[in-house]
Amino acid sequence: MKYSPTKPAPLSLEDAFDEIDPRRDLAVARTAKMAPPASMDRRSFLKVSTAAGAGLLLAFSLGGKVRAASSTGQSELNAYIRISSNGSIAIYSKNPEIGQGVKTSMPMIIAEELDADWYDVIVEQSPINEKVFGRQNAGGSRSIATNWDTLRTAGATARHMLVHAAAKTWSVPIDECTTANSHVLHNKTNQKISYGDLADKASALPIPPASALKLKSRKDYKLLGRRITGVDNHALVTGQPLFGIDQTLPGMLYAVYEKCPAVGGTVKSANFDEVRKLPGVKHAFAVEGNGHPLELTTGIAIVASTTWAAFQAKQQLDVVWDESKASKDNWDALVEQAQAIKKQPAKETLYESGDTDAALQNAVKSIESFYSIQFLSHATLEPQNCTAWYQNGAIEVWAPTQSPGRAVTNVAHTLGLDADKVTIHQTRVGGGFGRRLVNDAACEAAAISKHINAPVKLQWTREDDMAHDFFRAGGFHALKGGLDASGKIAFWQDHHIAFSADGKRQVIGSGPRQPSHEFPAQLVSNFRVGQSLLPLQTKCGFWRAPGSNITAWVTQCFLHELAVAAGKDHLEFLLELMGDPTWLPPQTPHSLNTGRAADVIKLAAEKAGWGRKLPAGRGLGLAFHFSHAGHFAEVAEVSVSATKKLTVHSVTVAADIGPVINLSGAENQCQGSVIDGLSAMLDLEITMENGRIQQTNFDTYPLLRMPAAPPVDVHFIQSDNPPTGAGEPALPPLAPAVCNAIYAASGHRVRTLPLAKEGFSV
Amino acid sequence: MSDFHLTINGKSHTAKDVDGSTPLLWILRDTLGLVGTKFGCGIAQCGACTVHLDGRPVRSCSIPVSALDGEEIRTIEGLAGKDGTLHALQQAWIDTDVAQCGYCQAGQIMSAAALLDENPHPSDSDIDDAMEGNYCRCGTYNRIKAAIHTAANTLAEKGDKA
Repeated sequence: MKYSPTKPAPLSLEDAFDEIDPRRDLAVARTAKMAPPASMDRRSFLKVSTAAGAGLLLAFSLGGKVRAASSTGQSELNAYIRISSNGSIAIYSKNPEIGQGVKTSMPMIIAEELDADWYDVIVEQSPINEKVFGRQNAGGSRSIATNWDTLRTAGATARHMLVHAAAKTWSVPIDECTTANSHVLHNKTNQKISYGDLADKASALPIPPASALKLKSRKDYKLLGRRITGVDNHALVTGQPLFGIDQTLPGMLYAVYEKCPAVGGTVKSANFDEVRKLPGVKHAFAVEGNGHPLELTTGIAIVASTTWAAFQAKQQLDVVWDESKASKDNWDALVEQAQAIKKQPAKETLYESGDTDAALQNAVKSIESFYSIQFLSHATLEPQNCTAWYQNGAIEVWAPTQSPGRAVTNVAHTLGLDADKVTIHQTRVGGGFGRRLVNDAACEAAAISKHINAPVKLQWTREDDMAHDFFRAGGFHALKGGLDASGKIAFWQDHHIAFSADGKRQVIGSGPRQPSHEFPAQLVSNFRVGQSLLPLQTKCGFWRAPGSNITAWVTQCFLHELAVAAGKDHLEFLLELMGDPTWLPPQTPHSLNTGRAADVIKLAAEKAGWGRKLPAGRGLGLAFHFSHAGHFAEVAEVSVSATKKLTVHSVTVAADIGPVINLSGAENQCQGSVIDGLSAMLDLEITMENGRIQQTNFDTYPLLRMPAAPPVDVHFIQSDNPPTGAGEPALPPLAPAVCNAIYAASGHRVRTLPLAKEGFSV
Repeated sequence: MSDFHLTINGKSHTAKDVDGSTPLLWILRDTLGLVGTKFGCGIAQCGACTVHLDGRPVRSCSIPVSALDGEEIRTIEGLAGKDGTLHALQQAWIDTDVAQCGYCQAGQIMSAAALLDENPHPSDSDIDDAMEGNYCRCGTYNRIKAAIHTAANTLAEKGDKA
């Protein structure tokens, strides 16, 4: 983990993002087929004896990297269960809680296999140490998918040891013992003993090999699949300090950080002397960036006695920026350029199957459409912030981050420290949506604390947050599609006009990682994806369901256009496209299965009353999308008035994410994704002029409010497929479902987002 | 710089030596350590900073401390009873499992509490009107509405028994 100063900083934002792409691991898992259950042999599984009274403490490691642990050595453990003699069962949750519910759902998996009574369980956020815990990250909807086997094995191992301890105590055969509600039972002799009473004895037993464990089958689940309320709920509703912004330290000062409003600008001069004289101001100084696009950017720090004093001083700060290398991006000009090249062939072909040009000639009917989609900001409700304390050559950081493991490296790199001098404390996170995969605020706070040699809380204003986001890139798709005599898709051409920082690759989050995975490429014989790139300096990043949040809208709307052109019902058209049930390449349990797809499409249609007669001006729209290993279909019911006033009456979601871990949490994620998707498509848009982001706060970037929020009805198809995440995949189908419904209601085909651009309002 | 005497959650507090332009939000958070009230936008658009001023829901980010004149201030920390008994809304929020990230929820609950004080049996559209000023970036509006109805029913039942 030692930072090597000889390693050059990544050259481009795309290189830097490639390292942290949350979708990468799942893609790797896909190509490696289904991952085998994690090996929990003696070498990789450590039993830890603790101070008297602590009971059974089980630790798991990945790859045998566990070090000897002491009673205070909990931070060196991967995932663990601690059973106290008083019966309480402490379970660590290793990944950040950003609202996706993993602080509740991950421990539920352990508790299920342990046969623990949930009321005995106390959940704690684990320390951040990837050497021990493996990757600690909240991104890509993969906390559940990638930790499922490890967590189940953790619970089952502890249960096995407790059962053995009980059998020994009673001198009865092990296989006559059962477990329930944190107790081992022996029905023949009518005996019962609690886990708390067994913990000490169990901790003296050898650790069973993985082959000795019997994992539960789904029908035996008592906890998984139920509605379990969030473990932090009480603290949240009573206003306890949980979030990054709530951290305080003795003698802490408050900082703000001003960066050039155009990316790439540097400090020429500033009125430091004036600022330093302002009330409450302790320090004002320039900070040079470290060249890493995801870490420290050149700017000016003001440190004051309160947040308000720092905010006020920032208002008085007058900086002359050197903008010779700064962004001059202009959204209107980029739109014009895209319009100018949309009819031209794409500059390069990314993927082609069959012969789309020949198929175009032979098609019975063909259509063309041009789709434009806007840039978006993450707008997490908790603005970026971080608290840091540098002292004696080491630093502690309290970070509301989605990627705490990466934060260790980022902060070490920024300060030129060894990674073992950096401690990240994970706080609860007031919204992630991909924004907090970047640890820029942590690097800034660290640099400021080191400079002033004092504890400091860095607070971005909302305006800072909107100006210096890593945005969801907008883009353009010029589509051509055709039908054969039977009304099936004969060919599909997509000319994707995207943006590029380096002239070679699309900015991150513009489209699918693999163009061959652009739906429905794998179901259409003649399919081409090409791209032309427009230069861009504005920073882009991962925004909830990256790539999919654009592609699903474009492709699922265009599929509807083709269905209309074929004179077919959209439901019938989609089911015909799916065909017989099959796993699409790479044919792993995390791949798209057309049977699972058809099932969610049918379920959404059935629950929404597809096909029923509706009054004029009212319509249903359907869309499907597969992402993050989840199959999702959604139906929106909307009304459109003569003045283009849009009412979304309801949204029906049908989902297959394997067995649902926490029904309450999963349903909440689906409802939230729908509301987020609707909010993003109505009136939100980030635009650039002279490199500057034009929107500054919620008055110019208005999120959806309660009166416009439709009821969202969620249905799960539960199966024995491996469980996958719910944080993202419900979002992509929403926009196309709404636009297809608008067409059904009004005959108006939406091809530009946000909807306000086409004159719609709510 | 001056001292300001405030009554918050039934207790007297003195914010010493502060700039009178400081919004109530930052007095609560930085000076008095009551961090349940959240900063979201600073321009009274998002509602994360909602507190009660003599029972009315207000955006504490946009009220300078110097403008306060002896009003009773209530924050999320003061909503439960002194013995820790939760307000019906807090209990409904837990049981309905409203929160996702949870950052906006203190503000939501304070707006909802003011609504129920005024209107113990709100309709869906009454709730829409009262809660329109509070963003939930995670999109938990369906559950917020359900929890308000639940709390209204709980309070009504209690009232019937009393």
